[in-house]
Amino acid sequence: MAVTNQLGIDLDKYKWGFHDPEKYVYKSRKGLNREVVEMISSMKSEPEWMRAYRLHSLEHFQQRPMPKWGADLTQINFDDVFYYLKPTEKKERSWDEVPETIKNTFEKLGIPEAERKFLAGAGAQYDSESVYHNLKEEWEKLGVIFLDTDSALREHPDLVREYFGTVVPPEDNKLAALNSAVWSGGSFVYVPAGVHVDIPLQAYFRINAQNMGQFERTLIICEPGSYVHYVEGCTAPIYTTDSLHAAVVEIIVKEGARCRYTTIQNWSTNTYNLVTKRAVAYRDATMEWIDGNLGSKLTVKYPSVFMVEPGAKGEILSVAFAGKGQHQDPGGKVIHAAPHTQSVVVSKSIAKDGGRAGYRGLVKIYSGAKGSKSAVRCDALILDDQSRSDTYPTMEIDEEDVSITHEATVSKVSDEQLFYLMSRGVRGDEAMNMIVRGFVEPIVKELPLEYAVELNRLIALEMEGSVG
Amino acid sequence: MADLEIKDLGVQVEEKVILKGANLSLNKGEIHALMGPNGSGKSTLANVLMGNPFYQVVKGEVLYKGEDLLAMAPDERARKGLFIAFQYPVSIPGVTMSSFLRTAVSARRGYDKELMPVGDFQKLLKQKMSELRIEPAIVARYVNEGFSGGEKKRAEILQMALLEPEIAIMDETDSGLDIDSVKVVADGVSRMYEQAQGKLGILLITHYSRILHYIKPSAVHVMFDGRFVVSGGPDLAEELEQSGYEGIKSQVEVIAAEVKNEGAVRRAGKVFWVAH
Repeated sequence: MAVTNQLGIDLDKYKWGFHDPEKYVYKSRKGLNREVVEMISSMKSEPEWMRAYRLHSLEHFQQRPMPKWGADLTQINFDDVFYYLKPTEKKERSWDEVPETIKNTFEKLGIPEAERKFLAGAGAQYDSESVYHNLKEEWEKLGVIFLDTDSALREHPDLVREYFGTVVPPEDNKLAALNSAVWSGGSFVYVPAGVHVDIPLQAYFRINAQNMGQFERTLIICEPGSYVHYVEGCTAPIYTTDSLHAAVVEIIVKEGARCRYTTIQNWSTNTYNLVTKRAVAYRDATMEWIDGNLGSKLTVKYPSVFMVEPGAKGEILSVAFAGKGQHQDPGGKVIHAAPHTQSVVVSKSIAKDGGRAGYRGLVKIYSGAKGSKSAVRCDALILDDQSRSDTYPTMEIDEEDVSITHEATVSKVSDEQLFYLMSRGVRGDEAMNMIVRGFVEPIVKELPLEYAVELNRLIALEMEGSVG
Repeated sequence: MADLEIKDLGVQVEEKVILKGANLSLNKGEIHALMGPNGSGKSTLANVLMGNPFYQVVKGEVLYKGEDLLAMAPDERARKGLFIAFQYPVSIPGVTMSSFLRTAVSARRGYDKELMPVGDFQKLLKQKMSELRIEPAIVARYVNEGFSGGEKKRAEILQMALLEPEIAIMDETDSGLDIDSVKVVADGVSRMYEQAQGKLGILLITHYSRILHYIKPSAVHVMFDGRFVVSGGPDLAEELEQSGYEGIKSQVEVIAAEVKNEGAVRRAGKVFWVAH
């Protein structure tokens, strides 16, 4: 069935632009004030400290000006956003209990498929609340906690209180303050010392209500010597007014532990995607961010790793694809605050049809962080003359005994490559696709198989019609 | 009409004229060698036949199985059975040989939306690689990236074997190969030619005659300065081997005036094409 908006644009053309009729138990009114925040907290029956935390954050949000140093945020109207929705009455645990309409959405997103394959524990966020959570039993036996953050606050209040806001405090930036005031959902992961979670933990995030802001809050704690790979995939249906996504992700990687956080995003092209992601890595710990950004109107996101003890490692791999009317402003920050810390940043951006994609990054090495190493590489591929790529690398190096490299390339798809592929019978658009896929391959190969397939498919969708 | 008919083809790059009027007829089942010194226009001809956008055709026409070849995009030419083994294949970082080859073979075999089933493809690939004595590890690598000169040439021949062309242009496939590699490549091409049983025509572009010891052409053409100047039988290649291009060139010059008046002149079994 064809769905069109007022302008007669065929919304079905947006592959994942389907949406269920809204069926929410509770929907807050638009806009944000003290009353809305109090209401959110009381609906969730939260402890007093969280209520106070939210209100403190709100105050900070209201006082703080919009950041002006980067991408254009002036079009966001915070009064035109719903800050809280509750889609179903209670949490669902088994797939059979999930309401049919919501299940349909997941079917379209391929969640059950993923489940059958190698998904054992899945947290799926459907608007503000998780409706489906399944955690493999042996992990529970090992003491691994994988819950939505609301449930974690109820079931493990002390653990949440100990770490919540310690990596990204509300005072960090305006959007972090907003999230801290109105957060809902997100994932909470706790991995006890020495436990290796072999199968990736996965969560799908999805915005479903028009003008719905999604403010999930994710907190991951890796105790010493543990390992976990957390994967989030985001798709949002298309709507005609702007949506806002302002998430906060905090990760604590303790001594000798390793955490990998993989994101594949395909927000609809009217979504503002403003995310604060930060990890602290302690002695000999490793933090890896893998970040695929497609869709959205504007993405501003700089996953960070603070290496605070000797031997800590940080790695940030990102892919950004900006099409018509889109601005991708991703990047990364690596903070070397201890000796013998190492970081690698690889950024690949693609711009077409007048899109704008780039890299904004910071390498900071504190005095005394002797023997530290950092390697940054950013490659941009521009598919036509209307598109744009910007690179803003910042380096603050206060220590001499370090090794720093920075490489940047900007290239166009070469006629020789296109001709070579076409001379083998490959059609022009597919040839362009192959070249773009090859360009992002160094990052795609780091993804779990089904996400690699999905990212390639998303890129193919973005690429449709890019040749003659 | 021949399967590939090149008529008075003129080509330039920006302002530089490279082909000044080339003529050639090639049929399936035939092997023609195209020889000539560096810079005579051989590679330009090969690239123009495949549709390289770098070159501009300024005159003449090319008919492929009766159709206007120059009006087709390169991919259409390939799907219709034209193939070129490049002298300098480009690399495509991040794209594995196996996925590229499967896409190409699927296109050539007329799979439209989907690719050839992976099992069928793997079987075909395995068979062709063993026939050509190509290391299987090559297909897991990115297209031509980091390949040695010999690996690149063998990879081109592998593509030719997989795509089963009707007319194949081999652009100095032997250059840069040691003598053993030339033999392996030549054996592979000869086998393909025999297996095709008259359904494959080859235009073998070469600077040296050594590959012609392994692949016997039915006709030999020589190009100078953007034109075909001499055509003849296999013995023309041997003559070139002995006298070099200078020997032919002096003959060409001697009869140039004569040819100018009469067009093609037949002398000692060779056709001289100095002017048309």
